[in-house]
Amino acid sequence: MADNSHENTHGHPENPIKYYIGVFGLLMVMTLLTVFVAQFDLAEKFRDVWLIGNISGVLNAIVALTIAVIKAMAVVLIFMHVRWSSRLTQVIVVSAVFWLLIMLSFTVSDYFTRGGWPLTHGQ
Amino acid sequence: MIGMWIFLVTEVMFFGGLFLAYTIYRTTYPEGFLYGSHLLNVTLGGTNTVVLIVSSLTMAMAVYYSQKGERKKLVGFLAITLVLGLVFLGIKYVEYSTKIQHHLFPAASLYHPVTPEQATEEQKEHAIPANLQRPVQVFLWIYFMMTGLHALHMIVGAGLLTTMILMARKGKFTKTYNSPIEISGLYWHFVDIVWIFLFPLLYLTGYHLSVGGH
Repeated sequence: MADNSHENTHGHPENPIKYYIGVFGLLMVMTLLTVFVAQFDLAEKFRDVWLIGNISGVLNAIVALTIAVIKAMAVVLIFMHVRWSSRLTQVIVVSAVFWLLIMLSFTVSDYFTRGGWPLTHGQ
Repeated sequence: MIGMWIFLVTEVMFFGGLFLAYTIYRTTYPEGFLYGSHLLNVTLGGTNTVVLIVSSLTMAMAVYYSQKGERKKLVGFLAITLVLGLVFLGIKYVEYSTKIQHHLFPAASLYHPVTPEQATEEQKEHAIPANLQRPVQVFLWIYFMMTGLHALHMIVGAGLLTTMILMARKGKFTKTYNSPIEISGLYWHFVDIVWIFLFPLLYLTGYHLSVGGH
């Protein structure tokens, strides 16, 4: 236990509070931004620019997820101290993201390549 | 600390399964998800997002002061974090009970949405066209599962914080012994990260339908 706590305080900045306030500001700005952008159907709005058909919601999802990933990274790196943590902790974090992406991408590609999906239910 | 990180990896896979279900059902029922999403209250969801962001900041401050060995500030910041967590759960309770009052809880016997044709003036806001009622039910099922599991984690987090406050008041933590505080902090931030993804995916997906007046 003692070894671990030493490991995790190693390399911490003298005054992390300014980092914390910075992340807090970033999270608030990003939240306002994601709500603001969500008011528009981006695929509809930029249909002529992107020369795309009916993909309503897809562009919005890409923007919303990009903002969410940036927010999550800020929390992990600064609030959860991963930026200053041991290499082992950093590898564990990266492996979590890696396995999650494997699960999502393999399952989705399986669905896509079986044909008949996405199904068109309702209207 | 490493043990906590490995636990969080299993938590990522746990929630990951639900995010996978979300992805597949959203692709299968895109209209249902757009329409269902616009039934959620962005003001309440957004307020809860801000509440959690502030609580993550106060939790980080608590961990900082535990490392400095400043007991009063540690207890103070833990207490603020706990109160914010309870505010989140209170707002969630209001949202859930509104959905249940509108007969939109997705369980078969409780799900009786009105169509726009039947709806009275005050029911218009939560009316669902007949052809979308099934897909929206799928969305609401995903909504209640994901936010319910998240709320359960918040309740566990509130319990953890209460324990930490009691221990800190007794002076159990010192500059060199504070790993329970750090571990609780990691858990709290993880739960915040889950919400960072839930808020746009559930509340904002159909937001342009409400604002644009389609």
